Amino acid sequence: MSTDLLDVTFAALADPTRRAILARLAQGEATVTELATPFAMSQPGVSKHLRVLEHAGLISRRRDAQRRPCRLEAAPLKDAMDWLAAYRDSWEESYQRLDALLGELQAGPDETS
Amino acid sequence: MISPGLSVTIASDTDLLLTRTFAASRRTVFAAFTRPELLRRWHGARGWNLVVCDVDLRPGGAWRFVSRGPGDAELGHGGLYVEVDTPGRLVQTEVYDGWDAGEALITTVFDEREGQTLMTATVRYPSREIRDSVLRTPMKRGAGEAYDRLDAVLHAMKGEPR
Repeated sequence: MSTDLLDVTFAALADPTRRAILARLAQGEATVTELATPFAMSQPGVSKHLRVLEHAGLISRRRDAQRRPCRLEAAPLKDAMDWLAAYRDSWEESYQRLDALLGELQAGPDETS
Repeated sequence: MISPGLSVTIASDTDLLLTRTFAASRRTVFAAFTRPELLRRWHGARGWNLVVCDVDLRPGGAWRFVSRGPGDAELGHGGLYVEVDTPGRLVQTEVYDGWDAGEALITTVFDEREGQTLMTATVRYPSREIRDSVLRTPMKRGAGEAYDRLDAVLHAMKGEPR
């Protein structure tokens, strides 16, 4: 797992517009024009976001006559989600110990007042 | 109660958001988060345990934790309490040893509903670049950072020697 690539992925995912673009592309390919419409954004504005997503490997663009439809690339997204899941699982164990401790504290005499 | 488990999300350019529900009053949960004798019993990612746990629970008071993990690796971090509003809200700074630029501001809110407590912790880094550095650096250095715990976990899962 490349952490540098993860950085790029997380940076790309940090923007709500880019997440919305990815959500749209999850439903299928779309052109810049099609993507710009629901976001009330200029095509250059959308193109800027698409460049960030493309750099992060989250989307790819292919030539199709005059169109350049964008498509979602799932692998980096999965790496990012896996990373977060591993972080979560590692800490979840700590919180499960806390669950047990809280159970003891609730059942026993009031030690917390 | 069936716990939904810890949720970790990238909330913005600078923020990580952690949420978790506990089957206890927030007074009890708050105590577990702030009293060293209780913290020692649960705090630490997989394979890591607290060996130092100092808490001066008042605005401006310092806290310092040192955890020991796989291969006797030690990891220290600490900071200052900014707000202490027992038992609902805790704001503190956090910096890992040797990483001054990476100081985070952690806001932990405890909401109690029907005997259960929802913890919402927002970890805010000064900038996206610093957050990414903090996330990245430990794995490059191999030791001494919070996220190195994860590295250790991943290695352990793969059965590789440390």
